[in-house]
Amino acid sequence: MKILVCISNVPDTTSKINFTGDNKSFDKNGVQFVINPWDEYALTRAIELKEAKGGTVTVLNVGEADAEPNIRKALAIGADDAIRVNADPKDAFFVAQQIAAIAKQNNYDMILMGKESIDYNGSQVHNMVGEMLGIPSIVPASKLDLVDDSTARLEREIEGGKEVVEVKLPFVASAQQPMSEPRIPNMRGIMTARTKPLQVVEPVGGEVKADYVSFSKPEKKGGVKMIDAENAGELITLLRNEAKVL
Amino acid sequence: MSVLVFVEGFNGEIKKSSLEAATYGYQVAQQLGTTATAVAIGEVHEDALAKLGEQGISKVLYDADSRLNNFVADAYVKVIAKAAQQENAKVLVFSNSNIGAAVGAKLAVRLNGSLATNVTTLPKTDGGFIVTRSVFSGKAFAEVNLTSDVKIIAVKKNALEIANAGSGAATVEKFSADLTDADFAAAPKETIMQDTSGGVLLTEAEIVVSGGRGLKGPENWHLVEDLAKALGAATACSKPVADLDWRPHHEHVGQTGIAVSPNLYIAIGISGAIQHLAGVNSSKVIVVINKDPEAPFFKAADYGIVGDAFDVVPKLIEAARALDK
Ligand SMILES: Cc1cc2nc3c(=O)[nH]c(=O)nc-3n(C[C@H](O)[C@H](O)[C@H](O)COP(=O)(O)OP(=O)(O)OC[C@H]3O[C@@H](n4cnc5c(N)ncnc54)[C@H](O)[C@@H]3O)c2cc1C
Ligand SMILES: Cc1cc2nc3c(=O)[nH]c(=O)nc-3n(C[C@H](O)[C@H](O)[C@H](O)COP(=O)(O)OP(=O)(O)OC[C@H]3O[C@@H](n4cnc5c(N)ncnc54)[C@H](O)[C@@H]3O)c2cc1C
Repeated sequence: MKILVCISNVPDTTSKINFTGDNKSFDKNGVQFVINPWDEYALTRAIELKEAKGGTVTVLNVGEADAEPNIRKALAIGADDAIRVNADPKDAFFVAQQIAAIAKQNNYDMILMGKESIDYNGSQVHNMVGEMLGIPSIVPASKLDLVDDSTARLEREIEGGKEVVEVKLPFVASAQQPMSEPRIPNMRGIMTARTKPLQVVEPVGGEVKADYVSFSKPEKKGGVKMIDAENAGELITLLRNEAKVL
Repeated sequence: MSVLVFVEGFNGEIKKSSLEAATYGYQVAQQLGTTATAVAIGEVHEDALAKLGEQGISKVLYDADSRLNNFVADAYVKVIAKAAQQENAKVLVFSNSNIGAAVGAKLAVRLNGSLATNVTTLPKTDGGFIVTRSVFSGKAFAEVNLTSDVKIIAVKKNALEIANAGSGAATVEKFSADLTDADFAAAPKETIMQDTSGGVLLTEAEIVVSGGRGLKGPENWHLVEDLAKALGAATACSKPVADLDWRPHHEHVGQTGIAVSPNLYIAIGISGAIQHLAGVNSSKVIVVINKDPEAPFFKAADYGIVGDAFDVVPKLIEAARALDK
């Protein structure tokens, strides 16, 4: 089983979001970067499948060298090797093109991603890659199991329920809870990660279709109006007559 | 040239988020001096489709193939791509649902278009096609210029009001694409629908009542459910509540759960961690009920009550039930 896991390098969930240069770019100053939380579900599920069935897990990031600490972290968690496409990614289409190009050179049995990046919130790279490769993309998947060597069974979240889907390998899937329980790298993992192969390759194409012009932040809330707990029912009146939401 | 809107049905009716997408599509069409056509797939009542005229849709292409009652990405993409070609659509509008975002992304590849998901504004069309999208989990907005000839937009839920353009009924035309077995390779074997409390979908709900660890255990969830019922709301929860199996995971909202943007979000016994706020911060009005006056959630709230949920919520239920609808 050859599994590709795509990981995005994103600001930690507690980061303060600011912009620089005339609000044209994200201010990385003082921001800690982590593996996109959804991608960790994909990574751990891939490692679990490898442990059960044998095979390899390759992690792939499209990004600059500053993503390497998190790529090493993925190796420490249990991936076997890594590829970094050396580029400053500027939109999802570009990222999808890079992933599809790597996938075409290697016969992966499955390509796992996260449901969405927590920075640009596109939720599109997985479906784009599936379409580019002409293979199914199951998005978002909360469960993934192998039925046999050529078939996987997934649960896909839909609004108001879930679907059980069986697909032939290869396919793309994006992970969300409760697909797996993310792991923390242990000492041995951290040691061996240093010597695992990390290949750096140059990007293909370069077309950007969504050009980010500028950023802004939402307006601050006007402050909270407190209601006495004794008169809690008053809240309902305010919600109807003042906020007009009931 | 025209604008094409994909509308989704649920229980035969058109989803609220799709009525928003239709409104958006019509408004873009007005900006561009053209008309808006809708495409609908699967089980939707035809009179509901005709009523899209109210949102300004002039024509609906309807593929009633029963194999499409469940979402099958490849088949849906084929139908919509054919409709886009027939109508010479240069702008395609979806709601930012799982289905809309998935089909939008695949069409962006197939039609060589530019895609923006999570869109909150109509385009600025002087010198480009610039839309605003919500990014960094609601903590920022980005202006994005869609540079390809074909523009694909997934509109964030509850970002714009459903308009009544007051036009007559839309004409509904039968439509189909040549689907092959290969288009159904990833068709679901089985669909398991949740017991959506009172039929309100969390992602579509105008009001959401949400509970956190402060409610102590699943046996107390009647407080959340009864208040939700009295308000016609959907129920949600914080991540630890789902992790503890007090509630199912599909109710978990936040940065790593579902993002919601209702008109009213009521948080009961939730501390307001930054990851929780990331999934609810685009709600129009936020109410926080917490016994700790220092709970961080109050900083993000519009209305707050400091008190024990077990005393406060029954009073709210009583007041909500007394409202004339
Ligand atoms: C203006 C701008 C500036 C950016 N600056 C940077 C930067 O400085 N550094 C940087 O690393 N990225 C940068 N990016 C890229 C960004 O982090 C995303 O990789 C890209 O925009 C796709 O985001 P998305 O929200 O559409 O992804 P989604 O479609 O939401 O992602 C879904 C899944 O695709 C996979 N995926 C997404 N992106 C990548 C990736 N890059 N590599 C591997 N797998 C991926 C993950 O599994 C993810 O869970 C920038 C993007 C923009 C628009
Ligand atoms: C990477 C990452 C991603 C995460 N993603 C999410 C996410 O998507 N969604 C999410 O929710 N969390 C997420 N979290 C977890 C988040 O950090 C918090 O731990 C979580 O939101 C806390 O849940 P809570 O408010 O229910 O519980 P607690 O933090 O335990 O808060 C309980 C609150 O209830 C109050 N309380 C107690 N008793 C009563 C009472 N009788 N009446 C009224 N109030 C009472 C307390 O004062 C307290 O404020 C994430 C964390 C990480 C690290």
